[in-house]
Amino acid sequence: MSQRIDPDHSRFRQIVRGQIKGNLRKYISSGELIGKKGKDRVTIPMPSIDLPRFKYGSKEQGGVSQGPGDVGDGLGSDPQSGDGEGQAGNEPGKHEMEAEFTLEELARILGEELELPHIEPKGMRTIRAPRDKYNAIRRIGPESLKHFKRTFREALKRQIIMGSYNREAPIIVPRREDRRYRSWKESVVPQTNAVIIYLMDVSGSMGDEQKTMVRIESFWIDTWLRYQYKGIESRYIIHDTKAREVDQDTFYSTKESGGTMISSAYLLAADLIEAEYPSDAWNVYVFHFSDGDNWSREDTQKCFDALKVRLLPRINLFGYGQVKSPYGSGQFLHDLEEAFPQPENLVLSPIEDRNAIMDSIRDFLGKGK
Amino acid sequence: MLPPYLQEMQTQVEAVARTAGLDFFETRFILVDTKTINEVAAYGGFPSRYPHWRFGMEYDRLAKGSRYGLSKIYELVINNDPCYAYLLEGNNLVDQKMVMAHVMAHNDFFKNNVYFKFTNRKMIDEMANHAVKVQKIIDRIGIESVENFIDICHSMDNLIDPYSLFIARPPATRKELEDLIEEARLAAADTPVGPEAEKKGAVRSYMKGFLAGDRKNVAETPVPSVGLRKEPINPTRDVLGFLLNCAPLEDWQRTILEIVREEAYYFAPQAMTKIMNEGWATFWHSRLMTHHLIDASEVIQFAHTTSGVTAQAPGQLNPYKMGVELFRDIEHRWNRGMHGKAWRDCDDYEKKKHWDTGAGEGLQKIFEVRRMFNDVTFIDEFLTPEFLTERLFYTYDYSRSKNEYVISSREFSEIKSRLLFQLTNGGHPIIAVTDSDYVNRGELLLEHKHYGVDLEVPYAKSTLENLFTIWKKPVNLVTKVKDHPMLLSFDGSEHTSRELPVSAVGG
Repeated sequence: MSQRIDPDHSRFRQIVRGQIKGNLRKYISSGELIGKKGKDRVTIPMPSIDLPRFKYGSKEQGGVSQGPGDVGDGLGSDPQSGDGEGQAGNEPGKHEMEAEFTLEELARILGEELELPHIEPKGMRTIRAPRDKYNAIRRIGPESLKHFKRTFREALKRQIIMGSYNREAPIIVPRREDRRYRSWKESVVPQTNAVIIYLMDVSGSMGDEQKTMVRIESFWIDTWLRYQYKGIESRYIIHDTKAREVDQDTFYSTKESGGTMISSAYLLAADLIEAEYPSDAWNVYVFHFSDGDNWSREDTQKCFDALKVRLLPRINLFGYGQVKSPYGSGQFLHDLEEAFPQPENLVLSPIEDRNAIMDSIRDFLGKGK
Repeated sequence: MLPPYLQEMQTQVEAVARTAGLDFFETRFILVDTKTINEVAAYGGFPSRYPHWRFGMEYDRLAKGSRYGLSKIYELVINNDPCYAYLLEGNNLVDQKMVMAHVMAHNDFFKNNVYFKFTNRKMIDEMANHAVKVQKIIDRIGIESVENFIDICHSMDNLIDPYSLFIARPPATRKELEDLIEEARLAAADTPVGPEAEKKGAVRSYMKGFLAGDRKNVAETPVPSVGLRKEPINPTRDVLGFLLNCAPLEDWQRTILEIVREEAYYFAPQAMTKIMNEGWATFWHSRLMTHHLIDASEVIQFAHTTSGVTAQAPGQLNPYKMGVELFRDIEHRWNRGMHGKAWRDCDDYEKKKHWDTGAGEGLQKIFEVRRMFNDVTFIDEFLTPEFLTERLFYTYDYSRSKNEYVISSREFSEIKSRLLFQLTNGGHPIIAVTDSDYVNRGELLLEHKHYGVDLEVPYAKSTLENLFTIWKKPVNLVTKVKDHPMLLSFDGSEHTSRELPVSAVGG
């Protein structure tokens, strides 16, 4: 059923997407809805447009609340701005709930929010792998696979037919012939293999805020790609002047310092792909995050060579996200733009601050590669 | 129409509410699905409001909240006579009953609280009229320019004077205007001929301004020519009203600004009584439910829902919870005579603990409070140190070293003054027009009354730009930034900010 609100709603969506009214673009904030996944809180992007008005600076203000705790204790989370909207008059009575999300739901929400296209896996339709699916029922089988509901249903059917079922005192006793067991069918499905290789610059100029931005962004990239491919592998490489492969925890927590030689990471990634992920069987994604302050022009040239010859021809997508840092010059992004004027599967995305993360994810994944 | 079982429920709830002393407008419940309730809520409760993307944005938020299971609207009520309220399809019957009881109390509050006295009780019709007017303008002028102008109006719709309770405003609807004219005509017809005839003439000439071209004429009173007379004579916080009268607007722009202003004034009392209104409704729904309306099988469901309504997250102030607790506290104190001089002067802890004069004036008192108070006066008058301590109130502030919000105080005076500050003027900064001929060049001068908290400067600058598009001459704002008096100006192409001598800003 079409609603009165629909035109207003779609107009808002158009503004957010930047299709109309560019003058409001600067007032768009990412906003968020908060949900949970396991123990972690995740925020769902919720773009909103905050028209300018005379108002108090929010951090200046603080507030009042109720609850336990000593003076000096942290609140554990940012206070939600509450009735910040102020003017909406007939504020309806609302029930805020904490929702649990599965990975799949999160990915679906992200996809809807950013209007991401589904990924067309490349090449590999020829590889087919047999897979077992437990979607059948048999009369015989091991006790551990007994299907209780079906078994009791059979018993109930039998008792009703035999007339031994008593509505007043419904006691159902399955016999041997009532028993049902789960069983499998074999089916052949096309197999898709995918791997994400994350590269991160951990040189001295990458601060905590920059790393946090990288973490948020790669969380969402991970979520989306995992939703698109069943069974995906992740590899992590950090680099300053040298590159090495690490596990996920190390990747996010390492505090290194020193200079930056980006080529070291690109070469290591290329070695990894050549050794373990032949491009005819794998969908390979590489994301590199840096503040764009490379050591020297020669090294940048080495990166270009590695990209052109060893990386881009073999992988689905190479995403370069440049987080802004107070120290970085950000030159690498410009160099890449010059060297690859019309990139086929290379996506460049500058990430100014946390608000820009969602836009950047759209840059990376919006091509459906 | 409501299905019969809900109609029956409404009759029962209304009877109980009336017996308890609530006094309300006729109530019309409408049963709707989630989509519709989100839509109506996005329009601020009015199913036919003028089109604008901001309502679409609100809808986006509400729709996502309900789709992802993060929030659910269960009650929506409109200050109107008859009072309209929405029930959500598929809610269980205990919740429906609770919402009805809740709505009855809101309705009673709308009807009796003094701050609602001048709100338009036919606002549903009025909003629909606004929608038609705006739509006609859009058809004539084009969506882009109209929408941009509405954006600008919205960006200053907090520049009104919500506390100007007893200022009579021009008649809000044609109906009211006609009533006024009719009244005057009858009065004139009653007067006998003779010496009284002169009086009749006086009435006629007074009414002429209204009769000839109704409100449009009032709005088109000539703009005082620049430099001759200072306008406004006294600083006014009704900036929108001032612009309406004095800014060089086209007719359609004036119509829209008038609509935005009227709606802002209509909503203002609700923002000013949020804690009281929700507290009152929660107080009565729990009382009516637990004393009269539920049986044993429904208690758990009721308790579950109510606990959700009054839940408290760190860093938030839940108006339902604070309001109901304060009303209960007042009832308790006035029932036992825990107020007045004798109570204040007593410093015997044991004696105070068991204090009971048997006054029994609790109910009477809270009815009086709901009539005469708004959130600011409510908190100012009835908050006690005991209340704050028992209920674990605290203030929090942003700690730069910890990079998060931390509990900063549990002192009574701290908490109270912070609360009052946040509630005063709905948490909006207090800003008034002081001069429309600043530096003798027809520039607009606004003054921010600075009470210790700075404005968000980038926002203030953008708002000045918007003001400029309405005033069409340079606009200036006096405020303080980091304790320095500053003059922020925008002249149509450039922002300047200049430090002022300290004496320039009243605090």
